[in-house]
Amino acid sequence: MFLRPVAILRPTLTRLYATPAQPSTLLYLEHAGGKITGGSLSALTAAKALGGDVTGILVGSNEQVDDVLPKATKVEGLTKILASRSPSYSHAVPEALVPLFAKLVQEKGFTHLFSSTSSTSKSLLPRLAAQLDVQPISDVTSISLESDGDVYTRPIYAGNAISTVKPTFEGIRIITVRGTAFPQATTGSSEAPVEEVNPIELSEVPTEHLKTMATESSRPELGSSDIVVSGGRALKSAKIFDETLTPLADKLGAAIGASRAAVDAGYADNSLQVGQTGKIVAPSLYIAVGISGAIQHLAGMKDSKVIVAINKDPDAPIFQVADAGLVADLFAAVPELVNKLPDRK
Amino acid sequence: MLPSAREKLVLQGAVSGELGLPAAALPLFSFVAVALFISLYLLTMRPTPRSLLRILVPVKRCVDYAVKIRVNAQQTGVETNVKHSMNPFDEIAVEEAVRLRERMKDSIKGITAVTIGPSKAQETLRTALAMGADDAVHVEVPESANVEPLAVAKLLRAVIEKKGPYELVILGKQAIDDDAGQTGQMLAGLMGWGQATFASKLEVDEAKGSVDVTREVDGGLEQIRVKLPAIITADLRLNEPRYASLPNIMKAKKKPLEKFKPEDLGVDITPRLQVLKVTEPPKRVGGQKVENVDELIAKLKEAGVLPGAA
Repeated sequence: MFLRPVAILRPTLTRLYATPAQPSTLLYLEHAGGKITGGSLSALTAAKALGGDVTGILVGSNEQVDDVLPKATKVEGLTKILASRSPSYSHAVPEALVPLFAKLVQEKGFTHLFSSTSSTSKSLLPRLAAQLDVQPISDVTSISLESDGDVYTRPIYAGNAISTVKPTFEGIRIITVRGTAFPQATTGSSEAPVEEVNPIELSEVPTEHLKTMATESSRPELGSSDIVVSGGRALKSAKIFDETLTPLADKLGAAIGASRAAVDAGYADNSLQVGQTGKIVAPSLYIAVGISGAIQHLAGMKDSKVIVAINKDPDAPIFQVADAGLVADLFAAVPELVNKLPDRK
Repeated sequence: MLPSAREKLVLQGAVSGELGLPAAALPLFSFVAVALFISLYLLTMRPTPRSLLRILVPVKRCVDYAVKIRVNAQQTGVETNVKHSMNPFDEIAVEEAVRLRERMKDSIKGITAVTIGPSKAQETLRTALAMGADDAVHVEVPESANVEPLAVAKLLRAVIEKKGPYELVILGKQAIDDDAGQTGQMLAGLMGWGQATFASKLEVDEAKGSVDVTREVDGGLEQIRVKLPAIITADLRLNEPRYASLPNIMKAKKKPLEKFKPEDLGVDITPRLQVLKVTEPPKRVGGQKVENVDELIAKLKEAGVLPGAA
């Protein structure tokens, strides 16, 4: 009912605020371990959906940029890459990066800024948006450019509703993209031109990076793995969690995930949590072992192509979304499954 | 009680007069007396600025996390005639503020809870007060208002300017209704303060005037040091929030609660994003069960999701 005045105003508003016919997008190219992240590659696909040019921005220490730049120029779909090197950029501290991003946005007249929904972008982009006085849009799952402006959809309430929004302000659209909603851009023979950009060195940054405690893993990255095997509270201990899920994950070449209950109980590392407040995954195959299926967990995996649930409680909510539910004791069923699964070629 | 500066001067003047000192000595005496008094005052009465921290904790009234939400018939939003409670991440933020005071008793001067919401959001403030906040600020907006993170951050900045100084603002990392995860970072940007998002552990170092924060980031943890004043956003694993006890709930009713309107704070809350519609997500056709592991594998082969078995 309060929407009515807005609806009446809409034709005027949209004429006033229509996006330029040719968007010019800045894409934050995040990198980890010397590679552009899968999330950034998905964000590029999303940015291309708008049409127009997409310029990548790559920041980091001198060595990091040297390491990643040759790979970044090969990514299909980038019109140009801006590279900025500074020791103060090596840990992507938002306080250090925001002045650079703000300057580039203002000087080069970008209409859109895209990035993946990563912990780095989630920290950086809203801070930047506030300084530019614009309202950012988080975790976008679809994009369309209509005659009267750009329109985005994003999940709200742990993915239990989808909101379709349209910016009604002048100024840059700052968007984080849900990686699982867009395919990753490919690497090919292209050779995007590079422009080096002077870093902005601040006399004082209020935040200092002390150390990183990375979770070592030889497995595929959880967010982009094609198969995910996840465990819940029923795994009883960290040892049993590992002993039960590792053989299954190994056999399938899968990443390992966990429910909040398993993480809170200390069975699995925080970074493995799948759900509203953890990672959002959408693999081809998601195997939930000993997970009841709370709303918050489903929020992180219900876009998976095929969901398998193994649980001994036939009333567990996970069975309502599972394409194949097996009511069984996981300690018997999982080893049997490992035995009977065909070997990977 | 210390005598006021003027009393002291009169006192000194009288003494010098009685002793028969030359009148020229009087200004000198007064100067020494004033200097003495000022240094005494500085040493004893005024705290050094950093030894007493004030903490601001913004909280949001949300649809309770356990409620299965429903999109309304007009597709303008979700049905809100359901149970509401404090956003779970905000409970963690309040808890952390209260624990900081318990850990470093003499250093925390006060904890203010603030909310932006309709009149019913007062319940959420009372919960924060019952958990241990000292006073509360309610920025009241109409029930129908959709206040976006940018506007919330601006309102919080105005509250800090009006009620501050605050050295620490602790927020939840995201609200479980709009799932935006922006407000803390935006407030930090507006204030020009340092920020530490997704905190799972924090230690305030008063001497250094900084706070060490362990953050939950993609692929593991990270430790950073932020100078005060700072903005912290709480992740799930920062702590386990307490339940408010009945006596504390009763006490909370008497704690001060101040009300503002966005106009009082000079903030325009007009949304910048037009919500065209809110819809249900596509339904999954799940619910199929298999009898045993063999059937399970057959089903996976059929779906073509087994590597090497297609």
